[in-house]
Amino acid sequence: MSERISAEVVAKVARLARLDLTPEEIERTTTQLADMLEHFADIDALQLDDVAPMAQPYPLDNVFREDVIAPGLDRDEVLAAAPSAEHGRFRVPPIIGLDL
Amino acid sequence: MASAIEIAAGVRSGALKAVDVVEQHLATIAEREPEIHAFNLVMADQARATAESVDALVAAGGDPGPLAGVPIALKDNMCTRGVPTTCSSKILAGWKPPYDATIVTKLAAAGAVVIGKTNLDEFAMGSSTENSAFGPTRNPHDTSRVPGGSSGGSAAAVAAGFASVGLGSDTGGSIRQPAALCGVVGVKPTYGYVSRYGLIAFASSLDQIGPFANSVADAAQLLDVIGGHDPMDSTSIPLEHPSLLDAIDHGVEGLRVGRITDLPEGADPDVNERVEVAFDTLRAAGATIVDVQVPAFTFGLTAYYLIAPAEASSNLARYDGVRYGLRVDAEDTNAMYGVTRAAGFGDEVKRRIMLGTYALSAGYYDAYYGKALKVRRLIHDEFERAYQDADVLLTPASPSVAFPFGAKGDNPLAMYLCDVYTIPANLTGQPGMSVPFGTGADDLPVGVQVLAGTLCEPQMFRAAAALERAITQGLGK
Repeated sequence: MSERISAEVVAKVARLARLDLTPEEIERTTTQLADMLEHFADIDALQLDDVAPMAQPYPLDNVFREDVIAPGLDRDEVLAAAPSAEHGRFRVPPIIGLDL
Repeated sequence: MASAIEIAAGVRSGALKAVDVVEQHLATIAEREPEIHAFNLVMADQARATAESVDALVAAGGDPGPLAGVPIALKDNMCTRGVPTTCSSKILAGWKPPYDATIVTKLAAAGAVVIGKTNLDEFAMGSSTENSAFGPTRNPHDTSRVPGGSSGGSAAAVAAGFASVGLGSDTGGSIRQPAALCGVVGVKPTYGYVSRYGLIAFASSLDQIGPFANSVADAAQLLDVIGGHDPMDSTSIPLEHPSLLDAIDHGVEGLRVGRITDLPEGADPDVNERVEVAFDTLRAAGATIVDVQVPAFTFGLTAYYLIAPAEASSNLARYDGVRYGLRVDAEDTNAMYGVTRAAGFGDEVKRRIMLGTYALSAGYYDAYYGKALKVRRLIHDEFERAYQDADVLLTPASPSVAFPFGAKGDNPLAMYLCDVYTIPANLTGQPGMSVPFGTGADDLPVGVQVLAGTLCEPQMFRAAAALERAITQGLGK
């Protein structure tokens, strides 16, 4: 954790996050993330080997409901809020057939 | 100004018309909203129509409920069917949800009148409301200063008298810190106390909805209305909650009030002084002051700023230009995601998505996210031990009074430090609230934070009510 984060790693993370950052944003983000991670190194001093991770505060296990049919959202109302819709479906640009 | 409880009593008895109450609040909005900018949307017509139906029900001999005719401001990350819900983000500008949040349904059933949707830091990420895509909200006590955040709009709306009460969401302090800076009561209940169905997710293991009010009693009444189990939110606690409005009259005789002796330093002297007076006030009212230790408190900031962005990076993946909100066209879907998200999100949201994606990515998961979850457990267990000796704990809600716009510059860490005292309660899931307790530097409001153990809201409200009583009686100077 001691190595400072590089612009290359930041650019890769931006691709993973589907964020087209400008070169200036990559540069600024690299500096800011590095500063934050440096501050966050304060927890490195803690002895945590025997500590179980805690993902959520209230100990509820999987919560299920009865498998009965209930009304869902109105399809037309949902599609009306979409950027593009056609024949009762969301419409998107091509997904396959292009070199991604 | 009448309290929410007084308004509801008046409207239910017919002595007061809900339409008149709404008009009074709309007049106040017309007067000061241009200066304050608490709202993304003032729902004047809908509010008038709701008030008319409340009055009609009373005239017909019916009872609209415990919030009859009470104007309420909703943070604009709560879904209102057919009414724009933006999260103060360009990526959701103009989106109209196809459903109501559970709290919206519960408010309607209690007779409340939603008067508008309030401004916030984009996707609730911030502590000043400066990160809103639609411009900042100003603090009603001093318009050259921030109202706090991220629920700054709701805090300012209640402080300015635009609404009788308000709702916010609190992921790391986003109700309690703006409440402190605006001089109103703000409550983050126990995780799972209030349904989050229809609250647009930021960090799902931390987010909780809670009230803003001008009094502890009004906050209790509002929380009594919105609390409770909801089958639509699998994290909501399947228990009945005792009435908090009933709890507040019980006083603090015998209550054990804890002082965290190893609390992180960094609060301004004027704020610390008010917290000391709060301890003295509760002691004088019959409480016992005890010392407790929470050595890992100081590591909360790091744990939070790894966990919250990690969860946010996942939650905000849904803004992909497909189902709702902004789309920027591109030659294929993958390219469309990247340009849409780059155009739609502001700087702070992008920063947190980047930080969270990094903390979760291969090779770094164990070092950052995994370790943060362990620190979270450590903090939780230390608080659990502290609550064996104390019923409630007192700390500052914010390290300082309201600060001027731009005071934190472009230094994200400086802004994150605003949350140092509020964050632990989100990590542990325990409740916390900010109570206005006099003034500090430049005569600006100071909030004292009351913390309590899981589902110990009654004790927390008792302590808060005692602090408020002292101020009302001219004590606590």
